[in-house]
Parts: sequence; C-alpha cells; structure tokens
Amino acid sequence: MSITLEEVRHVAKLARLELDESEILSLQGELNALLGHFSDIQGIDVGNIVPTSHAVSLQNVWANDAVGPVLHRDDALRNSALTKAGLFVVPQIIED
Amino acid sequence: MASRELSCREVTQAFLDRIASDDEKVGCFLTIDAERALADADHAQAMLDRGEAKPLTGVPVAIKDNISTEGIETTCASKILKGYLPPYDATVIRKMRDHGMVILGKTNLDEFAMGTSTENSAFQVTRNPWDLKRSPGGSSGGSASAVAAGFAPLALGSDTGGSIRQPASLCGIVGFKPTYGRCSRYGLVAFGSSLDQIGPLARTVEDAALLSEAITGWDPMDSTSLDMPEVEFKDLKKGSLKGLRAAFPKEMFGEAVDPGVRAEIEKSITAIESAGVEVTQVSIPSIAFGVTTYYIIAPAEASSTLARFDGIRFGPRAEGKGHIGQVEKTRAEGFGHEVKARIMIGTYALSAGYYDAFYLRAQQVRALMTHEFQKVFQDFDFIISPTSPITAFELGALANDPMALKMLDYCTIPANMNGMPAISLNCGFADGLPVGLQLLAAPLQDEKLLQFAHCVEQLLPDATRRPPAP
Repeated sequence: MSITLEEVRHVAKLARLELDESEILSLQGELNALLGHFSDIQGIDVGNIVPTSHAVSLQNVWANDAVGPVLHRDDALRNSALTKAGLFVVPQIIED
Repeated sequence: MASRELSCREVTQAFLDRIASDDEKVGCFLTIDAERALADADHAQAMLDRGEAKPLTGVPVAIKDNISTEGIETTCASKILKGYLPPYDATVIRKMRDHGMVILGKTNLDEFAMGTSTENSAFQVTRNPWDLKRSPGGSSGGSASAVAAGFAPLALGSDTGGSIRQPASLCGIVGFKPTYGRCSRYGLVAFGSSLDQIGPLARTVEDAALLSEAITGWDPMDSTSLDMPEVEFKDLKKGSLKGLRAAFPKEMFGEAVDPGVRAEIEKSITAIESAGVEVTQVSIPSIAFGVTTYYIIAPAEASSTLARFDGIRFGPRAEGKGHIGQVEKTRAEGFGHEVKARIMIGTYALSAGYYDAFYLRAQQVRALMTHEFQKVFQDFDFIISPTSPITAFELGALANDPMALKMLDYCTIPANMNGMPAISLNCGFADGLPVGLQLLAAPLQDEKLLQFAHCVEQLLPDATRRPPAP
C-alpha cells in the first residue's frame, strides 16, 4: 500500500495546508514509511471487539442550563489580527 | 518559607537569578515574566502571613508552554501562536494560584507537543543538564530539564504518548501522568484529546504527589474530567511493599532496550523483589501494536483539534487568495514540518475509503489493549517496565529518522491508550546518563501508585541524584 503524489495533494487540500513541491515529496515519503507500519495492525484478529475512542468510559455528562461566567467580547477579540465593530474580519466568502 | 527563614520573594528571586545566569546554556524557558512571578510571591507571602498557607504556597513552578496562562504568552512552541496572550487561565493554573504557587515562566516543547526530543520547537533548542550535547527528551523537555537543572523545584507537563515520563526519564527526575480525567484539560491546548493529560515533573515522588493534589479534581469546564476528588496525598508514606504483586511485560523488555538500561532496570527489579514484592514476567501481546495504533489515533485527533488554527481568532494571519487561500497560507507558514506531517497522517486516516481500515481498526486495537491490561490487573497490583528503552541521545542524532524516534515510545503509549496512571523514577545511570523506571497501575489507582512509587524510590540510591550546575 502506498500513497501517490496526487493523494498527498488531495489530503493537503482537505487539511487546508498549502505545501510546496519539496514538502509534498518529503511528506509522500514519510506517509509511505508510516503506512508500511499501519499494515501491521491489519492482520490482528480483533474479532467482535467494539472500538473504543475513550481511555476511561464515562456516562453522558449533563450541565445545568444556566448562564455561567463567560469571556468578555473584547477579551475574545484581543488576539485577532483583524477585527472591526466587535467582530472578527475575514475575506469575503460569498460572491457578489 | 513557613519557618520565616526566607521570604517567598527571596525564594522566587533566587530561582529567577539562577535562570538568568544559566538558562542560556540549557534553553528551558521560552518566556520568563519576573515581575509577575515576584507579584505571585508577594501574594503567597500575604497568604503565609495571614496563616492561610497550603503545602505549596510560595513554591515556584515552571509551566509547559501549551498550558494557558492568562496574559502570559502561550505559544505551544509554534509560530502559529506567536504573540498569543490567553484571555483565561487553564484550570490547573487557577488551582495553583489558589494554592499561592508562583508561576516562574513557560517552558519549551516540541511544537504542539508533537515529538520526543524537544527538537521540533519553532524557537529554540533545549539541552539535557546531564550532558548539554544531548536532548532532554520530549515533548515536555523544557519542563524536565528545568527541574533537573534546578531552575524550578516543580514543573507542569502534558503527556499524550509519554511526553511527561520520557523526558523525566532522560533527565533523571520524577514524571507522573495521572489517570485520564483526574486532571482537568481545560486550558491545555489540545493535541490528542482522548490521550492528553497534564501532570507534574518533580525531584521526588513526594513533590509530584503534592503538586498532583493541588491540580487534580473534577472540573465542570472539562466534560471528560472525572467526578472524583483530588488525588490524595495524606497516605503517601503509609504504603508497604510486602505482599504486593507486580508484573513486567516481556514485550517492554525486547531487543530495543539498550543493555545499559536493561542492567539498571534488572537491578531495580531485584531490589523491589528483595523488599517483598512478588515480580512475575507476563505477556501483553498488543504492546507490539501500540506505536502503530497511536500514530493513527493521535494524528487523527490532532488533524481535528488543530483545525482551529486558521489565523482568524488568534496568531499571525498570512496574505492569501480568498478565505481558503488565506487559511492555507497561514497554516503553511505557521506550522512546522512535524506538525504538518501529523495533520496529513490524521487527515488521510480519517478520509473516505481509509476510515475503516485505519481509524476504526486502531480503535479496536485500543480496546483490545485495554482488555489485555485489565486482565493483568486482575492478578497484579502494578506493572514495571523501562520508561524509555534508551538514555538521552545526542541532539540531531535521530532527527533524520523520525520513524525510529517514534518507535521508542512503545513503553509509554499504553498508559495513554488505557488511561492508566503512570510514573517514571530515576533508577540508575548507564554511561553517566539517567535511566527511568516506569510504574503503572490500573485506572483510578493514582494514590496507590504514588504510594508504591514512594516506597520504590527509597530503594533506589540514585533516585534523587542531581547533575552538576550547567
């Protein structure tokens, strides 16, 4: 099993990473090295084992529907490179 | 400080002075805020003077730079967070402040805690105080070397696949990862949310236990935190080794273990046996698949948790074509190579057509591993192993072989997969470099593990040996 340069470009698009050609080539090599190891676990007999995504199982966690302490808007905006009128500014997304 | 021989300010100033004169050679700290640290010390002094002191009041601590500290730059050693001033304290920081502890500064790490050498930092190299040509391990390498070098009596780290225990091992100190959920992750910049856990790095088990007591406990701000009280410390010294049963898994003793490390671990096991513990070799076959499983699950989670770094709400923003172009460019310029590689691995493992083969399969192996460890804990109180199969390696020596470096994590990864509490102690030296002994217990047995570790520490003559001043 190996990953093609085209697939590396596609995954980079999904991950929202702009990569130059040398990075694409080196990541192809690294991903393929790791994929070689991924095949190690394909052969394990996992039978009917239910997959787990948690280290310690928890029941549903509920919170009271009450207003708690919240971050002030100015504090939430303070680290942004560009804000205006109490909002984050981003490039236009919807075309005219 | 409690006996008034020294003021809190004098103690903090002494550590700040030592950092100012010697950290240039070691490179532990990314940020030092001396003014704030001294203000913390004055606050601690006021607590002491009012008779409100707690055990750690006035004690300075170094904080890994992926833990949010209000108003103190928190970068995760990444350019993508350069200049970020968190608007709030992580729960662990708030709790330490309630105890009157002093925040000395923020320590270096592998970018976003991805690595085991602290060489993946975007900002600086951190060195091992035992040999300045060598790595302190990682990813909490700055915190571990700061404690080993005497720049801080205590430090906080985070552990996703061994990032507290492995650097503790390579720097010859104590590193403790509590059971997943005992310590709130609120304010810890997430890497792998189902694996991450904050914990202490310290000179002794007692110090680690004291800090654990201060930072653990249920937190409504972290829905995965367990509804349990703080890790309790009061019975730490009441433990006894007589009649205990410990297992050592042969899969953690494979050929990857350096002969010098093997000799020190065997010596420790003999000492533990002589003290009355029955030590038995067992087999846990899934350990062999731990690294592979981890390098699917952790990057998959990271590809999701790191999606938030888009330059919109925090961090520098790059120029790019349209919204997506801007985000892609910001991430390209902000993330280092290892972070990009892990985001790519994770995105690939979660993408259509590969999800079942990789991610789902890895989660089944994770469950299998949990079953196998549970079975061992039916018959044994603790598991003993090396923390790292090798001692501190030279900086740059493994940089060209990232896979070789990753394969070395096989002793520490299971505790993150299963949530077990785990601790690393210095058990001796191989060629002048510290060797770490790892002790594991079943999930939620943190108090028993600390008790056991405290007893074992008394048997290890080198446990608290310190390096010469850098």
